[in-house]
Amino acid sequence: DILVLSDNLLERSLMGVRKDDESPGKILTAKEQWLMPSEGGYLEAEGLEKTWRVKQEAIAREVDILSSKNQYDIVLPELGPYSMDFTARYMAVGGRKGHLGIIDMKTMGVVREFQVRETVRDVVFLHTEQLFAAAQKKYPYICNRDGTELHCLKEHGPVLRLQFLLNHLLLVSINKFGKLHYQDVTTGNIVGNYRTGLGRSDVMQVNPFNGVVALGHSGGKVTMWKPTSSAPLIKMLCHHGKVSALAFHPNGHLMATSGVERKIKLWDLRKFEVLQTLPGHAKTLDFSQKGLLATGTGSFVQVLADLQGTQEYSRYMNHSMAKGFHVERVVFRPHEDVLGIGHSMGWSSILIPGSGEPNFDSWVANPFETSKQQREKEIRILLDKLPPETIMLDPTKIGTVRRAKKKEKPTKQEREVEREAAIDAAKNIPLKKKTKGRNKSSKRATKKRESIMKAKRPFIEQEKKEEEEFSKKRQRISEEAQQLPASLQRFVKRKES
Amino acid sequence: MKRVFRNYDPNLRKQEKAVEYVRALNAAKLEKIFARPFIGAMDGHIDAVSCMAKNPNHLKGIFSGRTVCQFPGHQGPVRGLTASTNGRILLSCGTDCTAVDHQWDGDLFATAGAQVDIWDHNRSQPLNTFEWGNATSISVRFNPGEPNILATSASDRSITIYDLRMSSPARKIIMRTKTNSIAWNPMEPMNFTAANEDCNCYSYDARKLYEAKMDIDYSPTGREFVTGSYDRTIRIFQYNGGHSREIYHTKRMQRVFCVKFSCDGSYIISGSDDTNLRLWKAKASEQLGVLLPRERRNHEYLEAVKNRYKHLPEVKRIVRHRHLPKPIYKAAALRRTMTEAERRKEERRKAHSEPGTVQMEPLRKRRIIQEVE
Repeated sequence: DILVLSDNLLERSLMGVRKDDESPGKILTAKEQWLMPSEGGYLEAEGLEKTWRVKQEAIAREVDILSSKNQYDIVLPELGPYSMDFTARYMAVGGRKGHLGIIDMKTMGVVREFQVRETVRDVVFLHTEQLFAAAQKKYPYICNRDGTELHCLKEHGPVLRLQFLLNHLLLVSINKFGKLHYQDVTTGNIVGNYRTGLGRSDVMQVNPFNGVVALGHSGGKVTMWKPTSSAPLIKMLCHHGKVSALAFHPNGHLMATSGVERKIKLWDLRKFEVLQTLPGHAKTLDFSQKGLLATGTGSFVQVLADLQGTQEYSRYMNHSMAKGFHVERVVFRPHEDVLGIGHSMGWSSILIPGSGEPNFDSWVANPFETSKQQREKEIRILLDKLPPETIMLDPTKIGTVRRAKKKEKPTKQEREVEREAAIDAAKNIPLKKKTKGRNKSSKRATKKRESIMKAKRPFIEQEKKEEEEFSKKRQRISEEAQQLPASLQRFVKRKES
Repeated sequence: MKRVFRNYDPNLRKQEKAVEYVRALNAAKLEKIFARPFIGAMDGHIDAVSCMAKNPNHLKGIFSGRTVCQFPGHQGPVRGLTASTNGRILLSCGTDCTAVDHQWDGDLFATAGAQVDIWDHNRSQPLNTFEWGNATSISVRFNPGEPNILATSASDRSITIYDLRMSSPARKIIMRTKTNSIAWNPMEPMNFTAANEDCNCYSYDARKLYEAKMDIDYSPTGREFVTGSYDRTIRIFQYNGGHSREIYHTKRMQRVFCVKFSCDGSYIISGSDDTNLRLWKAKASEQLGVLLPRERRNHEYLEAVKNRYKHLPEVKRIVRHRHLPKPIYKAAALRRTMTEAERRKEERRKAHSEPGTVQMEPLRKRRIIQEVE
């Protein structure tokens, strides 16, 4: 393993390496929280008021102009259910009937919009807002900010969902036939394509903490994948029916899934256990930067929050839209208290106080970027591109020392399996066809029998050895035990063993 | 200039460790790309350069001795050179003695020949004479911290430490092979390192391993020392031992007879058989000149992140990689197989003999034959 050390001497010399709890990020955040330019907002209920009864119009009356501008509905009824993706400043929308657009959220101006005259199922930004990928009818296409089609990714096939791994610069897609493709957008290589084996699934999310991709399948299973292995890392049975939506909390330890049996479950990903089960349907789920969970079903959007800080989610806010508006996708905007809803009649945006992280970092996501800053950032992203092997369930293990695993004795079942495998291998060895009268069938049969015996021999010897040891042990015990009455002999055995 | 906002929350930056690892890998590669240690060669000597002296007051000055000297007064080879404490007087010795060294903080200097003589500037007779045994002394060095202690190495394979106040030799260590040169650690004046004929340098707590060492000098920080050896290479070592951190070689540089570290610790000067003095950088990929604060911070960051991950196999492979000329590489490999074979045989002898009969001698004690008071 290139990323984990396996030397005990080395571990001693690395004793001075910092532990994760005292990571400089956490220490600095604790120190500098008083110096941050912005503070988060929140919605509080007084007395008998409940936060979920507060309507969007009431919020709009109380906030400033800039924030109230973030509340709007864009109605485009013929262009189909919309999916969307956000960067710090821009938004990409894709309507099912082929409408693609990039919108600048600071000025609320359309940067570019165009019709591709094909079904568009999903849109996602690549590492900058200059490039985005749209999953069109037959293949996904990568387009420029100006709308020029740059690449047609034929290997992916008819894609249902697209996701982008920012640190690794990998475009992940799941297609109609249940095949997962990983493609590196800087070099264009396909890093891996794997058959999931579980049929068509149109639920896919990336865990931002460690970069694994989770798929939800129709049997209620959720599988997690990494680009360097053809078998899934984890397979979990989450629901009794189909998994309809999936979302990851930004800290990577919490996962929300919803199934058709009207349950929303919150999972702890360290122990793979259910933390909480909530009633309700959800066609789409999303976590915000501060940990608020938005669920959308029909024309109703509900936002859940863990108000006490413990991970117990309860109702925070609701939003009902007009009857014909079927919610397709809910996405939180980064660094703003805004929830974007893509529905069958266009897209809307509502205010959810307390959902976004108010203080952005200029080196990570800067909404006020100049073009020069953007160019430099792109170069740094490319220099810091991670290789696909760094995707693992626990990314904090990199650079640590691997514990030497104690070799356990193989269980009886495993030994049986090994034995069968050895015998099969011995049976399948091809025998040389000898000429000049030396190819007698009896000789061939003897040779085959001998090779099988040879394969069986180590197992037989092992068994014999164990039997001898066991009988020795029994002998030792039985000498002592013979002196005692029969009912007390079992106690002697226990003491010896 | 644009205003920069920082939020150090680790939730905003994911997979920090993997990013650090990638940066360490790139830093290691960049270091190798920028590693150009050779700065220049100074010629002008007519014959092999055999000794050099640093001017303690001027950073830029260095004196080198030729076998046929330009200063009148020596008809034969110049064997030793040293500068006085204030840098104004240069002392050289010719055929009558083998080495000379000046006290760090006083007016005395010592010459080594058939016996060790202590002289004063103004006298024409030696103040004091030390002798122990019949062997000629090959090199002599004063201790930088204690002005009255000096160490010499003699041709009977011994290292002797003298104390001027007691006017008698203090201690003597007999090794297996002859010591060519000694250097005191300027930061820890109780340690000295001896460059030996059997390819090793011995400090009182270190051991390294290559061809015969001809000369040795400490860096002014006391953390590294450089040795020049008979096999045409210069090696830089850490003060507490281990394999050499860096090795410099050039096709044109033949047997290296003397090396010096510059007084600011950033250059190495080597004088060799091919009549040239060569100037090298102490850190091969260092950027010389004045660095902007951002550049300096970036260099420090890359250095730190590379040191943190330098144990991982991919990074280690790049950091350790050095190109060596074939004879040196083969000699090192041969030496490795020989010591491995010795060790294996010892282990087997021990395993097959009665426990307690075969005593394992610690590796360091093996090289010292005797210590005499």
